[in-house]
Amino acid sequence: MSRSPLGALFRALNKISESELAERYGVRELTQQVVYWGTRAGARVTAEAGARARSRFRDLKGRVEELTGAETLTRAEGGGGLFDLTLTEEQSMMRETLLRFAREALRPRAHEADAGGVDEEEEKEFLARVAELGLNLIGVPEGLGGAGEQRSPVSTVLMAEDLAQGDMGLALAALAPCGFINLLSEFGSQLQRRRYLPPLCGEAFVPVSVALAEPRARFDPRFLETRARPEGGGYRLEGVKCMVPLATRAEAYVVFAQLAGQGPRAFLVDAQSPQLERRAERHMGLGAAELGRLELRGVTVGPDALLGAPDGAGYEHERAVDLARLGACALAVGTCQAALDYVIQYCNDRVAFGEPISHKQAVAFTIADIAVELEGMRLMTYQAASHAERGRPFHREAFLAWTQCAEKSMQIGSHGVQLLGGHGYTTEHPVERWYRQLRAIPMLEGALVV
Amino acid sequence: MLNFTMPKKLRAVATMARELGESLFRPISRKYDRAEHSYPVELDMLRAMIAGMDDGGQGVGAGGIARKPGEAARDGAQDEEAPAVRNGRNMASVLNVEALSWGDLGLLLTIPGQGLGNAALAAVATPEQRARFKGKWAAMAITEPEAGSDSAAIRTTARRDGDSWVLNGEKIFVTCGERADLIVVWATLDRDRGRAAIKSFVVEQGTPGFRVARLEHKLGIRASDTATLVFEDCRIPRENILGSEEIDVRKGFGGVMQTFDNTRPVVAAMALGVSRAALELARELLAREGVRADYTRGRWDASALEGELYRLEAELEASRLLTLKAAWMADNGRPNSREASMAKAKAGRTATEIALRCVELCGSLGYSERRLLEKWARDAKILDIFEGTQQIQLLIIARSLLHKSSRELR
Repeated sequence: MSRSPLGALFRALNKISESELAERYGVRELTQQVVYWGTRAGARVTAEAGARARSRFRDLKGRVEELTGAETLTRAEGGGGLFDLTLTEEQSMMRETLLRFAREALRPRAHEADAGGVDEEEEKEFLARVAELGLNLIGVPEGLGGAGEQRSPVSTVLMAEDLAQGDMGLALAALAPCGFINLLSEFGSQLQRRRYLPPLCGEAFVPVSVALAEPRARFDPRFLETRARPEGGGYRLEGVKCMVPLATRAEAYVVFAQLAGQGPRAFLVDAQSPQLERRAERHMGLGAAELGRLELRGVTVGPDALLGAPDGAGYEHERAVDLARLGACALAVGTCQAALDYVIQYCNDRVAFGEPISHKQAVAFTIADIAVELEGMRLMTYQAASHAERGRPFHREAFLAWTQCAEKSMQIGSHGVQLLGGHGYTTEHPVERWYRQLRAIPMLEGALVV
Repeated sequence: MLNFTMPKKLRAVATMARELGESLFRPISRKYDRAEHSYPVELDMLRAMIAGMDDGGQGVGAGGIARKPGEAARDGAQDEEAPAVRNGRNMASVLNVEALSWGDLGLLLTIPGQGLGNAALAAVATPEQRARFKGKWAAMAITEPEAGSDSAAIRTTARRDGDSWVLNGEKIFVTCGERADLIVVWATLDRDRGRAAIKSFVVEQGTPGFRVARLEHKLGIRASDTATLVFEDCRIPRENILGSEEIDVRKGFGGVMQTFDNTRPVVAAMALGVSRAALELARELLAREGVRADYTRGRWDASALEGELYRLEAELEASRLLTLKAAWMADNGRPNSREASMAKAKAGRTATEIALRCVELCGSLGYSERRLLEKWARDAKILDIFEGTQQIQLLIIARSLLHKSSRELR
């Protein structure tokens, strides 16, 4: 049994989940207990809310020191060992917790959130509950206020899969900060991590997000139209980003832009920048993710905003894109699992011609097909994430996983509606929502970096 | 902890099998595709070699997979605290069979001593039977003219007579039916008592009352013989029954059907091999025409040809992981009936799709007999049929997902 603080946290949580406490108080109290136990496990620092002036991300200029061991995540070592499909004990416990949260806190409000019918107060309350869950802690080392030990793309994949079983849009909103954090863990400097990570481990939900996609038909993440050029010791950014989660709510973004003479790079951009225009934009689905556009009209940032060294050392764009595609894959897997569970139940209950429609091969075989393709998607996603976690090459695996998830998840979304017939076409059932959400998978590259 | 890398030992197994497939199978692949019904004598030297490998614990060929529940998890321990994980015989078989099928599927199916009957013997034979039949090549006879997927409907009968069983009936589509030393025959003790009365019996080649009636001419896998067998008052020793003589209605069919949980991942592995062969060659031929497939272009900027190669490779990768999962579960003593069928369903249909598509992608080069692409497209189709058709796999998966009996979901 692992002795990491996170492990302790989830073990404790599990005990509470099984207890009468959870029964009596429901999820809200449950998540409060997480905070309590998290604090006891030494996994949390107090929020720095009082310290912020314009931004809660304090300017640490001139205070750069070497990060201590406790302030960095370790990296898993290479390959070796046996082929294994079991999750660690911590991952299993986390899974149990998040699936419960997905079922009890996400699914019931998915419809309203998708339609944009949630008022701001309710939304804030929801995000507060997400913060209480402590999702961000896993990607932040203890020394910076988190509870993570190892940089783990697999953990983010599992979280995304589990929360997406509740609702893909809400999952994307809840996990947007994790994507931001993961990018900083991958490529951020000591200063950048010290500045941005601790406030994300407080008790409040601090919205931050990642902006990669651009509004054009043949978008290719290797060639960005958003431009960055050196100016006055820092950089000046011009361009338009789209499909950014929490677009108008976030307090900071990682924005990808083409750096003159270099290629695509990532920049930290604070929401306060006066040259930054933010617009909510409605889409076919994923209303709950609050997707929107960022218009960068000469946004100026300091030299510290660039992830990786000015000469490109310490930054790998292909890796960033691959990790982002895996986020979309994981959301697809979770959403497809929700669809599979739903059609199984429905087709067993729905009677036609004197028996459940699941007794008909045309129906049953479609359901079997969903299960087969879904399991393939899941294993491909896990494989790529596991390779990434172990420092092995994973570009091919991520590319194929993304290819497969894009195609199969759309089919599964369509099957989901079809199996419910006319009922599936109405908003009385969630399958039409999944149909709309799953169409987004290939476009979502960049929204969630694992 | 999730890990998708292969341990060194298994990588070595796969490398060796691939070399075998390349140096032994590929050169004679076309020859025995044309000379249907002639035994590939080149395979004789494999027999001794494989016997050695088998003793070393590495299953090869169609019959190489087996579950050994009591086996200690010696090579499994990852660390002291985690439960031991095993990468054993089932995974080794899958890797082996994939690589050899990449060489040639028809030849793989007729490797001496590696019939499906051998899998049945490995799974259920008593120590006495194991000793008596050691080193023999065993085929499996289930299908009948009137009973294919519905194997519970077989009509071949076995009647007790003193110290003998007397078999009567006809079996078709028996792989290696002419070449094998032994035939494991499914027969019913009592046709009125359904599945529970179905038992399997070992019949030795040359037993009076048993004859090979004909050999099929087939679309593909022509190197492998497919026989019709006839049993007319065929008398075999009483101790040639596999498993119990009792008709146990509670246990029923399950014991017999369980063999498939172990063999289906192996057939899925065959599908991986054929798929990979076709995709590799198609890639090579298309590369000469300037079609790059290096995973750099976004899917929308790739040519249709390049995009299709990615799509097919993704399908193959999904099949491969499903197959490894089913074998890994068997190695780790987990019930894998659903997963075995998922692997077989996905890999089987994918092999047919990939091989047929690769013929098309390569145009006349694909369709010509100068290359093996057209042969693989013919070979591949069997993988979606034998060891349970696509439809049977979907039935099994659906029943498991929907919690339905075979009576409810027929």
